[in-house]
Amino acid sequence: MHDVKKVDVMEGIMDENDHIAEHVSEHMAKHGVLVVNEMGAPGVGKTTTLKNIFKKLKGVKPYVIEGDIESDLDTRDLNEIGIDTHQINTFGACHLDAPMIDHMIDHMKFDEKGILFIENIGNLVCPAEFSIGEHVKMLISTVTEGSDKPYKYPLAFEKADIIILNKVDLIPYLDFDEEFFMKGVRALNKSVPVFKVSGKTGEGFDEIAEWLMEKASTLEVKEHHHG
Amino acid sequence: MHEYPITEQLVKIAVDHCKEAKAEKVIKIKLVCGDYSGFVPESIHMYFDLIAEGTLCDGAEIDIIRVRPKMKCPACGELFERAHLSFACPKCGTDGEPTKIGKEFYIESIEVE
Repeated sequence: MHDVKKVDVMEGIMDENDHIAEHVSEHMAKHGVLVVNEMGAPGVGKTTTLKNIFKKLKGVKPYVIEGDIESDLDTRDLNEIGIDTHQINTFGACHLDAPMIDHMIDHMKFDEKGILFIENIGNLVCPAEFSIGEHVKMLISTVTEGSDKPYKYPLAFEKADIIILNKVDLIPYLDFDEEFFMKGVRALNKSVPVFKVSGKTGEGFDEIAEWLMEKASTLEVKEHHHG
Repeated sequence: MHEYPITEQLVKIAVDHCKEAKAEKVIKIKLVCGDYSGFVPESIHMYFDLIAEGTLCDGAEIDIIRVRPKMKCPACGELFERAHLSFACPKCGTDGEPTKIGKEFYIESIEVE
């Protein structure tokens, strides 16, 4: 009969992912590249939002990693308009994780200061749980999804550093309750800026581009000290 | 479905600690899992036996301690579980703020022999 021994572990299952994420964010900061994790449900206009932001960026080079379960439609679309875009297909997995990004940035060339936009898998749940090395979590919500989203998917709203409310040109045709939406956002996240935009008309993207450029210009290089 | 890679990581951590303790096998893993961690205990159970097969965790029992998420009322300090479509404090009605309670996801301890 062997002795049974209890061993205290106290180790987070996500620690390894988070450690790699930290490495990615430090590495990119050293290259002068701000990393933005773009999250949102399918169809909220994540790629359209990026295209609108690109039109407004000044003196900042955009880089893109597109995450999709399958297909490279968005990547081809963005490469066609001259954006340095790379594809990750997860073939089933519902989110991107830090090792995937770490692997991808090894194959990319960051020759100028800029912003790396990582378009996460269309999903309002899982991407919020995994750090991928971002400096900024950018959440896209829409008036068409309804005003109850902060109440139904609290983690995504709680963790966001910037929230973009898209498709506001459709408000006259919908029952979107902005007060209820904002009450939910504020309970979860006191200080997050919320920008109202229309990907269709292009309105509202100047302020977002300015906010991102400001973040990129104040990017701090944090040295991680081991041991 | 993202419990599969997560369960692999869980087995890896338990195996590493088992080896470190110079033990022969893992008997039990005590996992703390908050409901807002995003991981479903039933799915972890389902994958565990499959992934643990042939490792030092083969045949181990996995004990998952679930933690319900709580908000904290900024006005009266009450810790509470939110009601459907509301963040209001049941005591005073002020909207609560998120806390870390319910986001836990770690191995507390393992039993080895």
